[in-house]
Amino acid sequence: MPKLKSLDDLKRIREDAQQSLKTRLDTGTTIIVGMGTCGIAAGARDTMHAILAELAKRNIDAHVTTVGCIGQCVKEPLVDIEQAGQPRITYANIRPDMVPQLIEEHLINGRPVEEWVVGRMEKNS
Amino acid sequence: MLELALHVLDILQNTAEAGATRVRLTIVEDQGADCLTITVTDNGRGMDEQTARRVLHPFYTTRTTRHVGLGLPLFAAAAEGAGGGLAIRSQPGKGTTVETTFQLSHPDRQPLGDMAGTLLAFLLTGQAGDLEYQHRVLAKGASAGPPAAENQFMFDTADIRAELAGVPLNQPRVAQWLAEFLAEGEAELIR
Repeated sequence: MPKLKSLDDLKRIREDAQQSLKTRLDTGTTIIVGMGTCGIAAGARDTMHAILAELAKRNIDAHVTTVGCIGQCVKEPLVDIEQAGQPRITYANIRPDMVPQLIEEHLINGRPVEEWVVGRMEKNS
Repeated sequence: MLELALHVLDILQNTAEAGATRVRLTIVEDQGADCLTITVTDNGRGMDEQTARRVLHPFYTTRTTRHVGLGLPLFAAAAEGAGGGLAIRSQPGKGTTVETTFQLSHPDRQPLGDMAGTLLAFLLTGQAGDLEYQHRVLAKGASAGPPAAENQFMFDTADIRAELAGVPLNQPRVAQWLAEFLAEGEAELIR
């Protein structure tokens, strides 16, 4: 049983992370996955897994976070991508097999995948 | 939802919605007693007796975006279809306990499924409370008597957060560490 046997790893991660945390908060990317009843039933947990795997594979530093239901249940799994200085973009019905294209187009090429977009939110500040 | 871990994820999300800062999730697979028990306890805002009765109704929800709330009713149906049931104990201002039981060998019992994925999805929730997790497997003995083997996977995210000193759980490398830690812990349980 792994009794937090890799706590030393965690300590190293913390030290690295603390150094880079500020820059990341200023310029970073956050990916938000809807994880209400509707999202879960539509397969959002697998979509989240696919996103984490794709980010790790491509060595992209982005925060992945989960949220509850926002009321567009029929469009789950909903995935929002928020980047500093850019409008927050909401994608609908994102299945795990769509994730590589989403990450490649939006995060690497900087072009949102328009046919999957259902919403845009401009930053207030 | 076709695996119990997905229902559990749903109930865990409820604890975040209820503003809980401490959540305890206990899973006991008791092969000798042929019983699976899943208990979620939180210190969130709780409910009065009347509300606690209504949450099992699919057309009750605290949300305002729409008028259905299916998390608890679906979980209750999964338990009732597998020789068990779901019980809610709650006190306003104190917290809520949802205890679900299943007959372990029941042909209609959904598989537990990807618990590691469920735990990760919950821990990446922005407003998630600290999670104290315990998953115990009590293997059946040759005859009546004590279990042949007992093993468990347990952790408390309070310990992990203390180690991280302010670095959030969804920091990319921390999330990756968590994913591996959880998958390894669940995989090592012997049934």
